[in-house]
Amino acid sequence: MSYTIQGRTGDWELVVGLEVHAQVISKAKLFSGAATAFGADPNSQVSYVDAAFPGMLPVVNRFCVEQAVRTGLGLAAHINPVSRFDRKNYFYADLPQGYQISQFDHPIVGTGTIEIELADGSTRQIGVTRLHLEQDAGKSIHDQHPTKSLIDLNRAGVALMEIVSEPDIRSPEEAGAYLRKLRSILRYLGTCDGNMEEGSMRADVNVSVRKHGEPYRTRCEVKNVNSVRFVMQAIEAEAMRQVEIWESGGTVEQETRLFDPGRGETRSMRSKEDAHDYRYFPDPDLPPLVLDEAWIETLRANLPELPDAKKARFMREYGLSPYDAGVLVAEQATAQFYETVARGRDAKIAANWVTGDFFAALNRTGRSIEDPPVTATALGQLLDLMADGTINGRIAKDVFEAMVDTGKAPAAIVEEKGLRQVTDTGAIEAAVDAILAANAGKVAEYRGGKDKLFGFFVGQTMKAMAGKGNPALINETLKRKLAG
Amino acid sequence: MLTDLTIEQARAGLRAGEFTAVDLTMAHLHAIEVLNPRLNAFIDVRHDRALDQARAADAALAAGEARALTGIPLAIKDLFCTAGVRTTAGSRILEPFVPPYESTVTANLLRDGAVFLGKTNMDEFAMGSSNMTSAYGPVENPWKRRQDAAAVLVPGGSSGGSAAAVAARLALGATGTDTGGSIRQPASFCGLVGVKPTYGRCSRWGVVAFASSLDHPGPFSRTVRDGAILLGSMAGFDPKDSTSAEMPVPDWEAACARSVKGLRIGVPREYRMDGMPAEIEALWRQGLDWLRDAGAEIVDVSLPHTKYGLAAYYVVAPAEASSNLARYDGVRFGARTDGSDLRDLYERTRASGFGDEVRRRIMIGTYVLSAGYYDAYYLRAQKVRALILKDFTDAFGQVDALLTPTAPSAAFGQGEKMDDPITMYLNDVFTVPANLAGVPGISVPAGLDPNGLPLGLQVLAKPFDEATMFTVAAALERAAGFEALPTLRAGGEG
Amino acid sequence: MSLDPATVRRIATLARIRVEEAEVATLQNELNGILSWIEQLNEVNVDGVAPLTGGAQMTLRLREDVVTDGGYPDQVLGNAPDRIGDFFAVPKVVE
Repeated sequence: MSYTIQGRTGDWELVVGLEVHAQVISKAKLFSGAATAFGADPNSQVSYVDAAFPGMLPVVNRFCVEQAVRTGLGLAAHINPVSRFDRKNYFYADLPQGYQISQFDHPIVGTGTIEIELADGSTRQIGVTRLHLEQDAGKSIHDQHPTKSLIDLNRAGVALMEIVSEPDIRSPEEAGAYLRKLRSILRYLGTCDGNMEEGSMRADVNVSVRKHGEPYRTRCEVKNVNSVRFVMQAIEAEAMRQVEIWESGGTVEQETRLFDPGRGETRSMRSKEDAHDYRYFPDPDLPPLVLDEAWIETLRANLPELPDAKKARFMREYGLSPYDAGVLVAEQATAQFYETVARGRDAKIAANWVTGDFFAALNRTGRSIEDPPVTATALGQLLDLMADGTINGRIAKDVFEAMVDTGKAPAAIVEEKGLRQVTDTGAIEAAVDAILAANAGKVAEYRGGKDKLFGFFVGQTMKAMAGKGNPALINETLKRKLAG
Repeated sequence: MLTDLTIEQARAGLRAGEFTAVDLTMAHLHAIEVLNPRLNAFIDVRHDRALDQARAADAALAAGEARALTGIPLAIKDLFCTAGVRTTAGSRILEPFVPPYESTVTANLLRDGAVFLGKTNMDEFAMGSSNMTSAYGPVENPWKRRQDAAAVLVPGGSSGGSAAAVAARLALGATGTDTGGSIRQPASFCGLVGVKPTYGRCSRWGVVAFASSLDHPGPFSRTVRDGAILLGSMAGFDPKDSTSAEMPVPDWEAACARSVKGLRIGVPREYRMDGMPAEIEALWRQGLDWLRDAGAEIVDVSLPHTKYGLAAYYVVAPAEASSNLARYDGVRFGARTDGSDLRDLYERTRASGFGDEVRRRIMIGTYVLSAGYYDAYYLRAQKVRALILKDFTDAFGQVDALLTPTAPSAAFGQGEKMDDPITMYLNDVFTVPANLAGVPGISVPAGLDPNGLPLGLQVLAKPFDEATMFTVAAALERAAGFEALPTLRAGGEG
Repeated sequence: MSLDPATVRRIATLARIRVEEAEVATLQNELNGILSWIEQLNEVNVDGVAPLTGGAQMTLRLREDVVTDGGYPDQVLGNAPDRIGDFFAVPKVVE
């Protein structure tokens, strides 16, 4: 299923690479001991190092290095035993040093891969070029004062991982799948919370178009897109723009652009148009970062089970379809919830309940998997009540809704509401007899060959028993009596 | 006179109760009051603060809690951030800047009981060899030419104020920083001992950065032993500086008393440059004789890339400076000149805040790092730097220390060598290689030129072997018996 | 390599230092003088030489992930030429 843009001059292929900035989860900043927590009072989490006071020097946070290495390992990437910090020089209001400490020539992590799954069930490998550590900038606030911008440096110096993909992405869907997969891996690893709305994960999108078989054409960078949906929209909009330009005989200029979600279009970023010349050079305040191989191996050995491995295991151990397994492993907490429900029970029924009624309840109540309306243990108990015949499947749906509403244990709800399944054959025979007697005409039709009426009799009997009849016994009894 | 004491003597006198720290501090404050208006060695004198510290020192002495420098009045180069005391780096752009923190080196000195008299004048951002680039005016060298006593000479630079202050007896010692010779050259010009330790010995935390990979804090003193005392206090591992060396600080005072017998002293042939004044060449030869007489073995060695040190330095130092000085943008601290927008504010702030030499170096540094020129300039210079380090490593495979002149001339007049930046740069030809390689060096006053101006000899040693450097320097000092005094000094003819 | 006036202006812009038109020629001269002197480095054979980037012949030391700093906005803002509340203030930036 290849994505093409139909232009006036023929089909165009999309070429996309993503640069994702992922804020590292750590207590303190990359180069200073100031806190990283989101939402603090302005400039309250700023050290003299972060504000670039004269004579201040950076010292690297070991945990941030560890997080970058673990992320690299999670992307099946090469970890560079020697890496280096460089200065990227430019002036900006929220960049106190006048340079950003980043990694240019020698990043901490080299090439890796992310496997993405598409809606049609196919998978693709997207290459990761590199991952490097760098410091975040502060924040400029432009809308608080008529003539001034306000600068808050709380974010300045927080560790970022920049994860750069190869230009392997060929459709907006693939870009979305890549981002979701990357976010899932980061969350599994606990190295980034992946929250694009709060800006802890941000994407720069490099877009170009070409005719099939051509070398790459000029690309534009759409900066700081802050949701998966916007990334997909930005790619489409930017690709269309470029196709228009090429087809009308123009030339796409390499530039930095911004996506305007309201208008659904990209626009040139004038303030960044100054001829940039970052003058990268090795930061003389920071000797080379040399990693111990044994330490890397320890980190590797202690990685959690990641989404791909978990999905394969769910398919293998629980017999789930690739789709269900994929849905259940997207978030680690969901996978864990599922496993608690499935353990020692029918795994497929557990999957149906989790992805069906349970997800619906999450949506309806607006609650999260971390704070679910029904716990995994309680859902498991409900499944047990079905398995041991205490309630039937229809009643289970009602019990589940009652669990969502009241938070009570399923057994308690069943007792309270008297929802136990009726398995007394005498009661069932009596109910069936009554239904058959009341519907003599339909019985005659059935016996005359109108098999479809069987469902009618089942429904009527169940209704007469207030839904609590054992379906198997009802079927068996009806069959016997109708045959008679 | 109390101002004539060495630190060693003052320390003993304080402990013996011959005078108090307040006496000693008052004597220096008085000398500053008399001479500083002329010398301009201090940008800022902290009279009350110094006396408070002196009183605390007297209390510590009385309590028997004296430390290495208790009650010793020192001058602090205005590149060291001092908590609550304005720190300008000799620049207009930092004129209003009051750091809320104390540099590690000055904190170490305070921990050891030192008294800070004030902040000394310097070339702007330590860029200069004459103190002429200071935004706070030039410093007068207290030494005078015999034949031309009216000529105002420079104290050298960039730590010119510190050197002039110690030479004129306005302080018993001082801190400096040495990026290309900024301690050793003014020490030579002012008849002082100046020490640039191994890179990583003294923390750079809280020292306004010029060129991070080349900046070395170090002391000025009137004797080698005083230099050892001061360095012993200033040095030490600092976890706040990622380039600080995790090395114990040895007893350098003890090293001053050791003999050079059996030491191998190298004479780098490439330091014998065309056009070197005869008196400097003669003094150098004299120094070698003194060391030979004291039992050292003199060995010819080669440092083949010496000639290229200066050019490599004038790529690397401006490159780092262009980046280090980007933070002076008028937003968070320092002077601001308003503009029509942020960019205009930056450009006006930096144009009015930086002097000509700083502007030149920022522009050179910006250029050598810019796209298309990085390889030709910056990368090549770093490769030459590697070759210079290798020269030293090879030489130190054969010898324990090297002896060279400190500077190619004695102090020159204010306004001389100003026509062309490169003439000024050439002052650092003998000192720069040690900064590029990070090896320790010391300048020791060894003699006078025909004008009666002091000349220094430089001892270079292996990385972290300051002990041998002090041993050799002390031997030179004993042999030279340098006792000449500057014209302008506390209690002197000035 | 020799700087033309346009390059002098470009460097000044990159370095964010205002240079008056009348100063360009002087600067051009000075900078070219320094650069041509620096070009003596071209005499050195640097084939196969690894560049020496730092002053310290050591590897990076790392610190623990502990909050030890910050929490003093008054000091951080105490030297600011312009502030509004607990923010640094600059002329409005238009993106």
